[in-house]
Amino acid sequence: MTDTAQSAAAKSKRSSARPGTLALLLNNTLATGGLVVLAAICLIALAAPLLPLANPDVTAPVDRLLPVFSDGHLLGTDHLGRDLLSRLIWGTRVSLAVGLSATFIAAFFGSLLGLIAGYAGGRVDTLIMRGIDMVMAFPYILLALAIVAVLGPGLLNALYAIALVNIPFFARNIRGITLGLSRREFVDAARLSGKSPAQILFIEVLPNVLPVIVITMSTTVGWMILETAGLSFLGLGAQPPQADLGSMLGEGRKILFTAPHVSVIPGLMIFALVMSINLFGDGVRDVLDPRLRAGSLTRPVSRTAVERGDTPVPPPSEKGGVLDVRDMRTEFEIGGSVYKAVGGVDLNLAEGECLGIVGESGSGKSVTAMSIMGLVPTPPGRIAGGAAYLDGEDLFAVSDRRIRKLRGGAVAYVFQDPLSTLHPLFTVGEQIKEAIGTHQPLSSAEVKKRAIELLSLVRIPNAKERLSAYPHELSGGMRQRVCIAMALANDAKVLIADEPTTALDVTVQSQILTLMNGLRRERNAAILFITHDFGVVSALCDRVAVMYAGRIVETGRTGEVLARPQHPYTAKLIECVPVLGEPERRLDAIEGRPPVVNNLPDGCAFADRCQRVKPECRSGDIALVMSSEERGVRCLYPLNTEGTA
Amino acid sequence: MAGYIARRLLAAIPVLFGLTIIVFLIMAMIPGDPATAILGSYATPENVAKLNRDLGLDKTLFEQYVIWIGNLFQGDLGRSYTLNRPVLDEVLERFSATLILAGTSLVLCSIFGLLAGIVSAVRQYGWADKVITLLVLIGISTPSFWLGLILILIFAVNLRLFPASGMYAIYGGGDLPDLIHHLTLPALTLSVVATGVIARLTRTAMLEVLRQDYIRTARAKGLSERKVIYKHAFKSALVGVVPVIGIQAGFVIGGAVYIETVFQWPGIGSMLVTAISTRDLLLVQGGVLVVAATYVLFNLLADVVQTLLDPRLR
Repeated sequence: MTDTAQSAAAKSKRSSARPGTLALLLNNTLATGGLVVLAAICLIALAAPLLPLANPDVTAPVDRLLPVFSDGHLLGTDHLGRDLLSRLIWGTRVSLAVGLSATFIAAFFGSLLGLIAGYAGGRVDTLIMRGIDMVMAFPYILLALAIVAVLGPGLLNALYAIALVNIPFFARNIRGITLGLSRREFVDAARLSGKSPAQILFIEVLPNVLPVIVITMSTTVGWMILETAGLSFLGLGAQPPQADLGSMLGEGRKILFTAPHVSVIPGLMIFALVMSINLFGDGVRDVLDPRLRAGSLTRPVSRTAVERGDTPVPPPSEKGGVLDVRDMRTEFEIGGSVYKAVGGVDLNLAEGECLGIVGESGSGKSVTAMSIMGLVPTPPGRIAGGAAYLDGEDLFAVSDRRIRKLRGGAVAYVFQDPLSTLHPLFTVGEQIKEAIGTHQPLSSAEVKKRAIELLSLVRIPNAKERLSAYPHELSGGMRQRVCIAMALANDAKVLIADEPTTALDVTVQSQILTLMNGLRRERNAAILFITHDFGVVSALCDRVAVMYAGRIVETGRTGEVLARPQHPYTAKLIECVPVLGEPERRLDAIEGRPPVVNNLPDGCAFADRCQRVKPECRSGDIALVMSSEERGVRCLYPLNTEGTA
Repeated sequence: MAGYIARRLLAAIPVLFGLTIIVFLIMAMIPGDPATAILGSYATPENVAKLNRDLGLDKTLFEQYVIWIGNLFQGDLGRSYTLNRPVLDEVLERFSATLILAGTSLVLCSIFGLLAGIVSAVRQYGWADKVITLLVLIGISTPSFWLGLILILIFAVNLRLFPASGMYAIYGGGDLPDLIHHLTLPALTLSVVATGVIARLTRTAMLEVLRQDYIRTARAKGLSERKVIYKHAFKSALVGVVPVIGIQAGFVIGGAVYIETVFQWPGIGSMLVTAISTRDLLLVQGGVLVVAATYVLFNLLADVVQTLLDPRLR
């Protein structure tokens, strides 16, 4: 995601008052449903001695196998004439008690092991975790069976077996968290203040680990109820006359064909119990572990949504050019507030020209670049207005099929970090060949030949051998060359480069810039070059547009802007560039932070950080005033105006 | 690559040894004196001592283990006293039936789980996603032994489409169609929970991958959405899902205990349940050992597949 959206998302999380845990939980309909069912089952099970139920163990051979809804036996009777409703409720009581006890035993011992292993580290850790790994090398149920085989069948033994096989889950989870916590400052502080390891573990670490214990409990308790019921079903758990849901099911199975209700009903109860626990558990996990919350993982669709509403689409400008962006607006809707990442941007790119877009992180420059071909993730992004014309064709209005044809064809991208933008599981050859094959109907031999040519073109030595290399086997500079080769695969008219050199070290940076400059001259492709670095701009770009808070604040020919910046922000940005041979030059960081784009102030967005701010800067909309065809500034009191009109 | 597989195989050897130690210790911890159990409570102390000597029980635990593991290497897992035949013969015979059942289920749950997860992620918040999410929740909450009974009631008793139990028809069976006919219900039942787990995980993994920068690159190249999802995103998601399929192999083999009991499938699970009830501990020991070793091998296989998919792990 773009930096703007990310910082915006982070902001919204912080600013919105966090509702209470219970409130969050109740917001989740499914979790609430689970809680209600679970509470009802628990209440009925707890109240069993108080309810007017038949004795669950009294046999009545005359009334055997009565069907459901019989007189006096709402759920019928089993093969010994015992009342099924009563047995069901008492059985639920047993199953719940056994499942919960097993969970608590597993949680206690597992967490203890995890805490000790994570805190002690070293040999203790290795010893405990090897043991845990050993236990986990067994299939879960099989180990429980082996333990029951040793201890002998019985409900209590089944409980121990299930608890034991679940200890590793707790130990592993808790160890991971403890390991992280025990390296933290507050633990160091406690250690220095002379607290004993036990005190540190239980007073400092445990409270921080508790949510993880609760999450692990909520995700395993359903399993444990299922598995203890399973052991009883096999006849290895509860022994008659004692009955839990599993053993009721096991007994009922013998008369499945004659009286199915005897086995169907306890099974339904197990299902209802486990399902409600799982629903509730998922809710608990979502609340305690926001990282996993369903909404946080939203899948971006293939193309940015275009919602231009009723506002008229601006026509192409008279200047023409290959790429013509008119009043483009891109927004992100996150947590109910709208972030105007790009607030009306005009750009014009002629054939063979290189235009630089400069700005700090969060200025909207990357979003501008992504918006053009609809690569801004939706949700949460959308294009809210304006147009982008490629040779007169409105890119926001064309079909998906058409945009796919243009992507990588007429308009190609080079992104910032070549390690994350190349697919790690495909060789660079496969990725380049794919880029060629998608747009050109060539035989595979021709595609391969072309791929080798491309790699040689971007000065990769041993191009043929490199085809079978994976991205992680190449250096950062080589990877970026591969990305550039991929972008050049189909003779793009426009190359959009989003900070292509930022992730590289300086010498590689200049090689890549030289390469791009050379390619531009050879192929006459227009380049839209996004960067935060005026030094890079001066090396490559014909013209430059400076962005701040989603809008262009100054534009002009590179030399002119560098020599005589008119916007105070541009001036500050240029001051940030170190100049070789001028060590005495002060490198001022610009004080303050850019405004958040969901709540832009009236007037100039830079006013709060500007040393020349005047009262009138803080009201109305300040226009981008063009002093010539190419030169413009969005400032009421621009610098360096003498000499220009 | 071959070197990697060799290394992984070597690394599995200590794990397998650890398994034998645990299995041996579990059995050695059984309370009670085997000699007294065999000879009855009226046996003379001399006879008990003699039998203990004959069984090697007067030796230290370590010596006993060495003898036991030596026999193990010679394919001798002892003799089942209830069946009066070598444990290994019985275990191997039963094991093939379990492997057919669990293997089929594993294939089914992988296919259905991956498909459901992908559809769910691609149609996030759409009706297909909601239906799949609900089905997954129901699937992982359903006791498989109960589901088996319900399926028997519906498909075997009422509709008479599939047999209720066994592996082959008693008369005239024994060929592949007959096996598939018998296999359908138990294999489906056994795969339900694992399908749910795999589907859930695939959905999350796909959603995670679809946010990655290289997916944006794939789109910027002009690839069709089908290629973006099924080639670029799915391959990455699979790297995360494959180890979970390996772990699910353990749950499927373990879950076979229930399913084999419900469907009277002549596998190792139903053998274990019977052996536990009849206290035929050598049989339990042999069965547990073979199944646990298989699980280790399944995980090894998952590791190797993961490495084949992800060159960074090599």
